[in-house]
Amino acid sequence: MTNAAAGETLLAVEEICLRFGGVQALSEVSFDIKRGEIRAIIGPNGAGKTSMLNVINGFYRPNRGVIRFRGQSFTRMRPGFAARNGIARTFQNVALFRGMTTLDNLMTGRTLKMKRGFFWQLLRYGPAMDEEIEHRRAVEEIIDFLEIEAIRRVPVGRLPYGLQKRVELGRALATEPELLLLDEPMTGMNLEEKEDMCRFILEVNAQFGMTIALIEHDMGVVMDLSNRVVVLDYGRKIADDAPAVVKQDPAVIAAYLGVAG
Amino acid sequence: MLYREVGQYHASYRTDTAIFPIRQDRVGMLVILAVAFIIVPVFGNSFLLDVVAIPFLIYALATIGLNLLTGYTGLLSLGTGGLMGIGAYTCYKLATWFPGVDIIVWILAGGVTAAAIGALFGVPSLRIKGFYLLVATLAAQFFLQWAFERVPWLYNNNVSGDIEVPTRTLLGLPVTGPNATPATRYEVTLCIVVVLTVLASHLVHSRVGRSWMAVRDMDIAAELIGIPLLPTKLLSFAVSSYISGVAGAMLVFLWYGSAEASVFSIDLSFTILFMTIIGGLGSLLGSFLGAALIHMLPIALRNVLPGIGLDLRPATVEHLNLMIVGALIIFFLVVEPLGLARLWQTIKQKLRVWPFPY
Repeated sequence: MTNAAAGETLLAVEEICLRFGGVQALSEVSFDIKRGEIRAIIGPNGAGKTSMLNVINGFYRPNRGVIRFRGQSFTRMRPGFAARNGIARTFQNVALFRGMTTLDNLMTGRTLKMKRGFFWQLLRYGPAMDEEIEHRRAVEEIIDFLEIEAIRRVPVGRLPYGLQKRVELGRALATEPELLLLDEPMTGMNLEEKEDMCRFILEVNAQFGMTIALIEHDMGVVMDLSNRVVVLDYGRKIADDAPAVVKQDPAVIAAYLGVAG
Repeated sequence: MLYREVGQYHASYRTDTAIFPIRQDRVGMLVILAVAFIIVPVFGNSFLLDVVAIPFLIYALATIGLNLLTGYTGLLSLGTGGLMGIGAYTCYKLATWFPGVDIIVWILAGGVTAAAIGALFGVPSLRIKGFYLLVATLAAQFFLQWAFERVPWLYNNNVSGDIEVPTRTLLGLPVTGPNATPATRYEVTLCIVVVLTVLASHLVHSRVGRSWMAVRDMDIAAELIGIPLLPTKLLSFAVSSYISGVAGAMLVFLWYGSAEASVFSIDLSFTILFMTIIGGLGSLLGSFLGAALIHMLPIALRNVLPGIGLDLRPATVEHLNLMIVGALIIFFLVVEPLGLARLWQTIKQKLRVWPFPY
């Protein structure tokens, strides 16, 4: 744990409430994410973890509560705004552009960084081509980093699941985010793939200083990777502390295992 | 052995991102262009040019237009016929108002109105997708065809209700109208189609094309990357409609010579949609293959059936034709549901390893 959670607060959610009809998905959840840390969000199925991520990057509009990001307050985030301000995200069940190659998927991640307009793109010459190549270079570095050189030209729909998850991480990295939200980056992976993924997450955090918030069910992974853990159960926050402390918390144990008697 | 990329290394991203990175493809492309530009017009008779080549190119262009929308952006449309009509009528009005200006300028300008109207009819695409969008564009198609019939201003209050193409010259050579030779019209058609195809291929290989495909494949993730959905979809509608409009103007000015509103009916929309699907969604090459198959197959059959000694009434030949074309289309779709372009990809893959099976 080289990056101790000592940095300033990058993002904080305060008393977020989210309701779908009669279902209270989140009730008064507050926590913060500090710059440079790896923050885990855990909880049993249906606890509201993914809903929380959806609130943070603007897919859901909370009924109540405030999101503070870089010192500014919002009653809701918008996906476009989140993207422009360096919040990237991967999805629980891989949301890649299936018809496109790995390379094109990653290049699409650079969309916001490409400035040349429509008519330059029509010509595909001079400055437009220079820009394309500059971003190709950046994407190739990510391809290198994630060790996916061999599948550069393969349409991602044909890739095995583990690799798809890796490409999705690559696409998120291509946007050069400040805050990376990972929704169960290791589901459905075998041990080796999990180890690779953990290594990538740690390296991204250590090398590029990227702040990471991740949802994960594998407790071993969560305990090893994260600096601090938030535990949700039925839409409520039941614990928020260092992994070792959370592990001992009676409320957490009760949520996962049920209470005897 | 013929189609092998072994030994062709790319030392820079510039050559690696080229649209034809493999030498054989580049050579093949040059050969095709040489044949199209020189051999076909020199040796082709007026049947080949007027019945086969010119319509094929125009249909191919219209198919590219629809493919950008449906194949690349994933938005279904049945408004192609109407939008082609917009291009034709715009070009007609402009050519009437400004007879001095080069007709090619007006053919290309015809697409601009089509782009504006296409983008307007694309606005519902933010809220609706798939079949529902198809119905919305169908409404546009019916409205446009109604306008072509009922607004006399569009056809200069002609008694017949037709638009008649005036004779216009380029460098002293008649390009449109009854005096233009098929060879001239063919060359002009070919030039426009080649230029627009090159531009379209630039677009689909660039940021713009990637955003379109991203919206097609997973709009939620696209939005999260920062691709704004409505502007991206509208741009696709506009570019697609522009190309359809130019194709429509060419249809009347470089092929038919005169046209009435019914030319731009829903039938035309369906024809172009079939060409797009059979050629292969999301492939420019497929647009040409699809247009070639659907346009040329009936012509070939019309000549084959009497040619093999069957003495049939013309009406019977026509019926047989429809049946055979229909059966063949089903056959192609069963063999390769992803279109002729994918079939070509498979052939290329086989050629790469030939004579070994894999």
